[in-house]
Amino acid sequence: MITVIDYGAGNLRSVCLALESINVPWTISADPKEISAAERVIFPGVGAAASAIKVLQEKGLEQAIKDYVASGKPFLGICLGTQIIFNFSEEDQGTECLGLIPGNVIHFDFPQDEKRSVPHMGWNQVNFSKPHPLFKDIENGSNFYFVHSYYPCPEDKTMAIASTDYGSISFTCAITKNNLIATQFHPEKSGRHGLQLLKNFSTWDGTNNAK
Amino acid sequence: MLNKRLIVCLDVRNKKVTKGIKFKGNVDIGDPVEMACQYVNDGVDELVFYDITASAEQRPIDLDMVRDVAKNVFIPFSVGGGIRNVDDMRNVLLAGAEKVSLNSLAVRDPQIIHQGAQLFGKQCIVLGMDAQKVEKSEKFPSGYQVVIHGGRTETEKDALAWAQEAEQLGAGEICLNSIDADGMKQGYDLELTQLISKSVQIPVIASGGAGDSEHLIAVLSQTHAEAALVASMVHYGTHTCSGIKEDLNNAQIPTRMDW
Repeated sequence: MITVIDYGAGNLRSVCLALESINVPWTISADPKEISAAERVIFPGVGAAASAIKVLQEKGLEQAIKDYVASGKPFLGICLGTQIIFNFSEEDQGTECLGLIPGNVIHFDFPQDEKRSVPHMGWNQVNFSKPHPLFKDIENGSNFYFVHSYYPCPEDKTMAIASTDYGSISFTCAITKNNLIATQFHPEKSGRHGLQLLKNFSTWDGTNNAK
Repeated sequence: MLNKRLIVCLDVRNKKVTKGIKFKGNVDIGDPVEMACQYVNDGVDELVFYDITASAEQRPIDLDMVRDVAKNVFIPFSVGGGIRNVDDMRNVLLAGAEKVSLNSLAVRDPQIIHQGAQLFGKQCIVLGMDAQKVEKSEKFPSGYQVVIHGGRTETEKDALAWAQEAEQLGAGEICLNSIDADGMKQGYDLELTQLISKSVQIPVIASGGAGDSEHLIAVLSQTHAEAALVASMVHYGTHTCSGIKEDLNNAQIPTRMDW
């Protein structure tokens, strides 16, 4: 059973429907107790960092998420859910985040002479830099769907397991620390590769042993 | 490298996909969910659904259809037509759509863009804009005028100024439709598309006039548009999504080929 955290931000339904399509049971919860006790958690999200953090604090979910992650059980962050587990995001004039991954989340700022749209929106290649059980049966360089204006910069580069190039900026798009894995792209909107990744997550034991 | 996107547009009326020329003489051509699935399997990158009569009939968007699509389609899709307020936007997003397209409502009440962006994030607010060519004038310095209600009502807005205003207000993307080119299959309005796409920092979808792969190649290589929208080209079976993508790929336009 996968517990999808409901904190008001988000495309919860998309994630749940994607799980349903691959026959993975899911439940939605905003209850700190249920989340602390969950066996497998997805922390999804689209929206803005500051309002998301505010809701997490109001609902008492911040501590529940920290407790859950500390328990060693599998945790998947998606997009905004990835960004707000870092220390800090530049979004909304600067937002203190959960601090589960050391590093910051910064805005796409391109050189004057480089015309690139922000948000980074559309399908882009995900280049695996390290093997991971979540990437099982997915070809290196497969296209996933992105939509974001900020991107994560982990302090510890050994935590980065995949990157994506957008113009002159190459950024970390998947990161792992023990039982925690987080993607900047949206597996639930990334067709068959995304569904495969979610399927891999549904059976992942939370360790880093790629087979 | 970020791929250019192929987007298929499905105009929906009474739960059927329909297609007209210059917004007139519509005929029904199929079931929206079935057609959506078929396009996804054929490699389309994104889908757009317009409930084309919701606005005129003053009723909310058909949320059952949105839910049905979301159950079956695992790529991004946006929904427009008949959005009246932020509650309608929330309902469409909660039903599983990735983005909401605002057109006539945003012209009447531009602050709705700002409100939507604040509440749901700018990435899910698409400004749908229908523009038609006019004499350049003080009122219309870009030479393009915004029209609403599916092309039936002219407005006082200049297309370029409106695009930039919408960007400032928090639109995350612009779907730019040429009224003159729509349904004519003679190619996109390259001048209009370049005018707008080079002047904003958010993605622009070119729309109206696609009849052949060459038209997509032209608009995606000669303008800053990041996506090209097609409808009749694929609805009538003269072209397939996979065929179009093959052609884009051969023309060195970065295209997702691994669906």
